[in-house]
Amino acid sequence: MRPVSADDAGCPCRDGMFAPRADRRRFLFAAGSAVGAASAALGASVAVAAEKAPPGAQWFDVPDDPTKVQGRPVAADGGYGGRSQFETAVRVRFPTPNENTSWSLTPLAALVGVITPSGLHFERHHGGIPTIDPSRHSLLVHGMVGAAKRFSMDDIKRMPSVTRRHFIECSGNGLTEWKKPTAKTVQGTHGLLSTSEWTGVLFSTFAREVGLKDGATWVLGEGSDAAVMTRSIPLEKMLTDGMIVYGQNGEAIRPEQGYPLRLLLPGYEGNTHIKWLRRLEVSDKPFMTREETSKYTDLMEDGRARMFTLDMEAKSVIVFPSGDMKLPGPGFYNISGFAWSGRGRVQSVDVSTDGGTSWFPARLDTPAEPMCAVRFSFPWSWGGEGAILQSRCMDETGYIQPTRQQLLAIRGDHGPFASVYHLNAIQSWAVAEDGSVANVHA
Amino acid sequence: MFTPNAARLALILIASLAGAATGSAQTAGDTRLNLGAPLPADQLAGYFAIPPDGRGLPQGSGDAKAGRVVFAEKCAVCHGDKLEGNPQPGFGGDKLVGGRGSLATDKPVKTTESYWPYATTLFDYIKRAMPFNAPGSLTNDEVYAVVAFILAEGHIIGPDDKINAAELPKVKMPNRDGFIPDPRPELSLYK
Repeated sequence: MRPVSADDAGCPCRDGMFAPRADRRRFLFAAGSAVGAASAALGASVAVAAEKAPPGAQWFDVPDDPTKVQGRPVAADGGYGGRSQFETAVRVRFPTPNENTSWSLTPLAALVGVITPSGLHFERHHGGIPTIDPSRHSLLVHGMVGAAKRFSMDDIKRMPSVTRRHFIECSGNGLTEWKKPTAKTVQGTHGLLSTSEWTGVLFSTFAREVGLKDGATWVLGEGSDAAVMTRSIPLEKMLTDGMIVYGQNGEAIRPEQGYPLRLLLPGYEGNTHIKWLRRLEVSDKPFMTREETSKYTDLMEDGRARMFTLDMEAKSVIVFPSGDMKLPGPGFYNISGFAWSGRGRVQSVDVSTDGGTSWFPARLDTPAEPMCAVRFSFPWSWGGEGAILQSRCMDETGYIQPTRQQLLAIRGDHGPFASVYHLNAIQSWAVAEDGSVANVHA
Repeated sequence: MFTPNAARLALILIASLAGAATGSAQTAGDTRLNLGAPLPADQLAGYFAIPPDGRGLPQGSGDAKAGRVVFAEKCAVCHGDKLEGNPQPGFGGDKLVGGRGSLATDKPVKTTESYWPYATTLFDYIKRAMPFNAPGSLTNDEVYAVVAFILAEGHIIGPDDKINAAELPKVKMPNRDGFIPDPRPELSLYK
């Protein structure tokens, strides 16, 4: 894999403050690959439509005065609404060679509040997005259990449910950023983070239905996609807060997020949240699957690799202002961002405008819930001088988000991406005197 | 005349009757919901996940000679004729051999030969997800053969060695002892 960033794709992720509107035609062209080129004929008509309205929206002519003509009739959208034709934020695919095993990044700077709209939740698929009929889907629970069982979707929806807000972060989030600032925008540096309200059934409920045998310590989760994705999960985690979810933000989870069923492991690295979940096998040992050995392990400078690095550690990032934006001039700006920890609640967030020399407490704008992101803000009067904006998160365990230098001192800076996964360092955005904002290492 | 105790008894009776009528009470000894259907072993026949001890490996066998033929036909387009990988757009297959001794250098090369700790993972992954354009389509013999070919090309087994359910778990991968448990939170961050 060559060291590329999301920005290389000519992504339309630059709709920051006063940035020029993204050139959609260029994006569609640049995003094409050998597979994409095969559908070029189809792509031409899609491109024309996309020019008119962004994904998720329908184009309508804009009247001179909306108070002088009737609007659209009730339910003319067929009964399921879309977003405004003026809202253009989209996920952007990281330009891996293969479009079926690839990822797309959430446009964090375009979000409001703390919940990620389901259609903007980041994606990571290893064999594309399967189409699954829920009436033919079931969850098998077996292995070291008293009585193996098959649960239909109807069975699962009859069970007592919980609804909880949690973030999911891919442990590869920011992997391009270990050695030098690479991505231009926060979508590129931190876009493998999303937060949803999830609804489903606790694993402990399933455990009582099948019964657990003494000696059981691990559970394999298996997906129903072309990768037949598998990860081994400590049984202790499964029984603490592991969820089998079918709901996301008030509706069924999206196909890209595992429809009709996914594993949700609050605070664990995203790859373990098996999508399109079809099977749970209780065991007395981990299975050492491909994803937990050859991938998602962290190679240290001494040649040894850490395995089962499952917790996502405390992290934060300022999304306004952030990379590729331009401030129009001195004055007031409400600095805003996200903070999260896989080990519990966010305790506090500090903000620095001088590259970490001095820190001030930020305001938490949303409730601090376990393994859920918070939105923070900090009132800033910019005098027009150069500034380095940073944020740092402290979680309820007392862990403080480290600097990149601290992490490199422990894990090494070998190879193109150092230890690749689990970069949770403080992010720096440089504000120049002309108001332009850039990704820097400070 | 109602005493306080009699009133309480009456309330309990009413409450338990209401519970029986709506079915809301659970019996004291059983917190199960009794949902889900029994899953007999034969319904699990098509599912597998192979841990390092080889539990669940199927019948069948293969060697590098047979594996070379399968690989050329079904794997080489993405992984290269010499297992060198193919980063071209639309492919993106990993390099499978080489890199031994590179993990502690500034140019670590992670391949099945240099990095994968267990040979059983190769069988499990190839059987479940490969080839990329027809996942799960190889026979067990073909999977054993391709595993043997990849291991032989990586000089982990001999060119004529047979791989089957008994032999695969015995294969010691070069980086078998290269992994350590998660030490986080990193204590030096608390200085």
